[in-house]
Amino acid sequence: MFVFTLRRLLLAIPTLLVISLVIYLLVDFAPGSPMSEIPLTVPPEVRQKMIAALGADQPVLVRYLLWLRQFFWVEPAYLIDGWFGTHLAGDEQRILSWQSRSPVFTIIGQRIPQTLTVVGTAYLVGALIAIPIGIYSAYRQYSWFDQLGTLFAMIGFSVPTFFTGTLFIIIFAVELGWFPTKYDTMLNVTDWSSFLTQLRQMTLPVMTLGLANAAAISRYMRSSMLDNLGQDYVRTARAKGEPERTVVLKHVLRNSLIPVVTVIALGIPSIFGGAIITENLFGVNGIGAALILAIHASDLPMVQTLTFIFAALIVLFNLIADILYGLLDPRIRYD
Amino acid sequence: MTEPALDRRTGESPVTPLVQVTDLKMYFPIYTGILRRHTGDVKAVDGVSFSIQPGETLGLVGESGCGKSTVGRALLRLYDPTAGQVMIGGDDVTRLQGEALRKKRPQMQMVFQDPQASLNPRMSVAEIIGEPLLEHTTLSAQERQARVFELMDQVGLNRRFANRFPHEFSGGQRQRIGIARALALNPRFIVCDEPIAALDVSIQAQVVNLLEDLQDRLGLTYLFISHDLSMVRHIADRVAVMYLGRIAELSPRDALYDRPLHPYAEALLSAVPEPDPAAEASRDRIILSGDVPSPANPPRGCNFCTRCPRVMDICRQVKPELLQVEPDRWVACHLYTSAGATGTGKPSSTNDKTRIQQGEDA
Repeated sequence: MFVFTLRRLLLAIPTLLVISLVIYLLVDFAPGSPMSEIPLTVPPEVRQKMIAALGADQPVLVRYLLWLRQFFWVEPAYLIDGWFGTHLAGDEQRILSWQSRSPVFTIIGQRIPQTLTVVGTAYLVGALIAIPIGIYSAYRQYSWFDQLGTLFAMIGFSVPTFFTGTLFIIIFAVELGWFPTKYDTMLNVTDWSSFLTQLRQMTLPVMTLGLANAAAISRYMRSSMLDNLGQDYVRTARAKGEPERTVVLKHVLRNSLIPVVTVIALGIPSIFGGAIITENLFGVNGIGAALILAIHASDLPMVQTLTFIFAALIVLFNLIADILYGLLDPRIRYD
Repeated sequence: MTEPALDRRTGESPVTPLVQVTDLKMYFPIYTGILRRHTGDVKAVDGVSFSIQPGETLGLVGESGCGKSTVGRALLRLYDPTAGQVMIGGDDVTRLQGEALRKKRPQMQMVFQDPQASLNPRMSVAEIIGEPLLEHTTLSAQERQARVFELMDQVGLNRRFANRFPHEFSGGQRQRIGIARALALNPRFIVCDEPIAALDVSIQAQVVNLLEDLQDRLGLTYLFISHDLSMVRHIADRVAVMYLGRIAELSPRDALYDRPLHPYAEALLSAVPEPDPAAEASRDRIILSGDVPSPANPPRGCNFCTRCPRVMDICRQVKPELLQVEPDRWVACHLYTSAGATGTGKPSSTNDKTRIQQGEDA
């Protein structure tokens, strides 16, 4: 297992390098440039100087290599400096956002907590709702509960979040007034009452995203359970005289969770990616919202860095899913 | 229709049978149309009766899809039978519910056909064998482990393998795990549902000998379901031949293999290959024409009437009952009832040739 993990991590290096180059070229070739933000009244030579100051006048390969150096050398150095008070980085140039002229990682650091609380909670809530639904739907296949679960999943799948989100706002915020329409990023949780306020403002975005997540996971859970319920070893367990509870929760569920756990693990990078639409809808200033803003402003370093981080997370969680598979299923051995 | 309770092994005075099956029916409903209306049934088992004496092995043979496995599963309430009675050790298994049924399970166990699929892939051998002990006994962890080792010894598995998983074993070893598992709670009655069908020929004999050995040592009673006629001849004391959900003939083994009475049993046994090439060359095979009718829509009369080489008019009208026609020999065929016999006369003079060629006593 250790050798397998090491091998996969080493293989990830060329993969990520290729991904980063592709992303860089794509972002660079995309229409729109930071120059379009400069007003036309600015004289050409000043304009030229501004572009040079951003470093945008260099050839694309040079800029890419500089970005690589910043990403893999300078930024980690600053991180270590921040932790241990060392001076590894010296005064090296960090990756700066073209919009705000502040380091990209500072912006990410400010925004990621919002995303993780809202989107992460939604994912967790979705999984926690979906697994029991999937189990019971499969156990009582074609019962009214199963039909209802199917309907729920269909709604979650087919209705986009910008619709459900708006609907929730109209029903629960506007009509019933139970929850606020907007998420207040400035809220600091310091005591019980601010915690409750935080819970209330989180509810609508979490419900919106959770519905979509739960729909997918409950389907996976159901089909995996159905698959295993029909297996011979389940009949063996019944023949042993195990209580039905043990048969379903020990024998069937444990085997059914193998593919579901990996699906859940593969979905985790999307939490970090944020939920662009939902974050915008509820005014959660998360990563998704930052990415949209950066794309609108042609903020090349920001877009590049964010997309590359997402790519790295996807590669990482693929590896984690594979390792989990090996841990959960004794039939799979990596060596 | 019920048989007299005779100890078949010794032929002595009647003892109570361990298993008494009366008119067992297992129908699987068919739902069709938009409204999923109940439009019919697959009559997998349609009125089967037999009994098994303590310590006896009853072979149950028949072609694929004739309902053999369904009988085995319905007997142990792995299915809920549609009708009938199954007395095992004095309890009607078809009536037991919930907790009472669960408490009954240790007495009746099953060895399954597919040793790979019937073992939970995520449990180690020790967990698989030990799980029933955990559920039905109050043994301590140490006693349980000792019992698991004892069982592994009994079926000839090395104790060192206790922590391995089923996929790490060969087919024969897996079936041994399945047998050890079935034995864990000292059952009195074991249904062996084609325990050797998924195994290599070289392993089949090992497993069958193990089953026989365990029977001698532990006084087990078997229902041995198989389509392997020579293996059944080896292990069974009496043999029931099934066709399309009904028993065609139920006879002591030697009598059946020497001189099958039911035309279907005759045809089936004529398919057993002969090891001697000279005898094999002159062997008369009865080759049936046509297909087995659908169990969802069996013939009105005898289930075998569509393919029987000796079919009579009455066969198409009336279902024959399983009747005792000779001592200990039960046949469901109009050739042996008064109604049929008046039509065609005595059937016993036919097929002498086949009989002689198969008459090698085991």
